[in-house]
Amino acid sequence: MIELKGLRKQFGEAVVLDGIDLTIKKGEIVVIIGPSGTGKSTLLRCVNFLEQPTAGEITVGDLTVDVNRARKADILELRRQTAFVFQNYALFANKTALENIAERLLVVDRWPKAKAHERAREILRRIGLEDKADAYPASMSGGQQQRVGIGRAMAAGAEVILFDEPTSSLDPEWVDEVLSLMKQLARERQTMLLVTHEMSFARDVADRVIFIDGGRIVEQGPPSEIFYHPRDPRTRDFLQKILATHQV
Amino acid sequence: MGALDVDYMLGLVPVLLGYLPLTLQLASVGMVLALILACLFAVIRVLRIPVLNQFTIIFISFFRGTPLLVQLFLFYYGLPQLFSALTVIDGITATIMGLTMHFSAYMAESIRAAIVGVDRSQTEAALSIGMTNGQLMRRIILPQATRVALPTLMNYFIDMIKATSLAFTLGVTELMGATQKEASGSFLYFEAFIVAAVMYWIVVEMLSWLQGNLETRLNKAYSR
Ligand SMILES: Nc1ncnc2c1ncn2[C@@H]1O[C@H](COP(=O)(O)OP(=O)(O)OP(=O)(O)O)[C@@H](O)[C@H]1O
Ligand SMILES: [Mg+2]
Repeated sequence: MIELKGLRKQFGEAVVLDGIDLTIKKGEIVVIIGPSGTGKSTLLRCVNFLEQPTAGEITVGDLTVDVNRARKADILELRRQTAFVFQNYALFANKTALENIAERLLVVDRWPKAKAHERAREILRRIGLEDKADAYPASMSGGQQQRVGIGRAMAAGAEVILFDEPTSSLDPEWVDEVLSLMKQLARERQTMLLVTHEMSFARDVADRVIFIDGGRIVEQGPPSEIFYHPRDPRTRDFLQKILATHQV
Repeated sequence: MGALDVDYMLGLVPVLLGYLPLTLQLASVGMVLALILACLFAVIRVLRIPVLNQFTIIFISFFRGTPLLVQLFLFYYGLPQLFSALTVIDGITATIMGLTMHFSAYMAESIRAAIVGVDRSQTEAALSIGMTNGQLMRRIILPQATRVALPTLMNYFIDMIKATSLAFTLGVTELMGATQKEASGSFLYFEAFIVAAVMYWIVVEMLSWLQGNLETRLNKAYSR
């Protein structure tokens, strides 16, 4: 379970997150949508402490952190419990696919090498890239790199995986393989919080869709409600614009 | 044009070869110390550690902005005057100090650039999985930065080997100092210095060859 209470983030004077309250149950798949620049990425990054939030409380599993009193150890633990999948994959260029996945098990969780590599191989099987174990990111397609990115997040055994537009930098030909891996994770009831413009994915897979605008949650509910019966005019407006360019 | 005294040149080869080890030692010790100092400076600059950062900026600016020969004289003649405990500082020590500081200033900048050049998103990825800053540096950033900086660092090493010849001005009898002495004894300046030049040249060529090999090896590393 993860819970955010009154999460705020300011960059200087600019308020980007204006008090976000959000509870996500174990196994829930939550999709965040909203206009560009409304703080969707910032929200995910705050949960993982890639950005230091300005105020609020973050609970992940058994760990509750008041963001202003977070010690180094709290932040590391929070990061252990929240895995991140980046828009541009962000794989370690000096490590093979296998090593990218094993890295945190070795270094952060201090597993013995044999055990970490065994686990990494198992994950490579699950993401369908066993044959790429020894390949470096530079020699993989975008789709394969992002699958390794997701594999790296899976290795963590984290409470929740945060996805920030995982398919947005992909050439169209690679989008489906990444989405289908994400669907597989959803079927396994991996808790996921994701930002995406893939509306059909959101409609088919999400348990809940959250519309954010101006750093606040404007409206949330099951996809059928948000997509087909949005109540707030801002949601309607946004969906009209996005559905004009993306097919559902 | 008088004929070259080839016999003299051949006879000089074993004599001068005896001084080559000191030249290589000056350069190697200077290089190792300069590398350590340069890594330290680079990390200070990248992390912008207060006070140390400002100090490093001034240090680098000074040692890049003044001639190596002036720096060597400063250490050799200037330091003993400043600190009376150091009544004399020997030429070898002064040379190593000068080479270390001079080249660390240049090398710090290339190491810094290489560190900064590693894609920022990898830093975020490493932090996102709970790595500490130290782990991030050791396992992700430095291995990639080294690969980028290595050719430049090798160039500095080659420069440093040639720069050791300035040590003769501090009375150190390395390859250049020995050649100078031989030449002023025999008056066969051209013969003596061409032998020394060829020796430097061969050493540098060998290093360039090594550098080329290393680069091909490194370039292959992440691309398959
Ligand atoms: N490091 C930063 N410093 C200053 N302002 C920032 C920083 N990061 C983000 N912002 C600002 O915060 C706001 C929210 O950015 P964010 O990236 O979270 O938006 P987003 O909803 O993810 O947008 P997009 O859909 O374009 O990805 C933007 O106005 C952005 O300019
Ligand atoms: Mg974003």
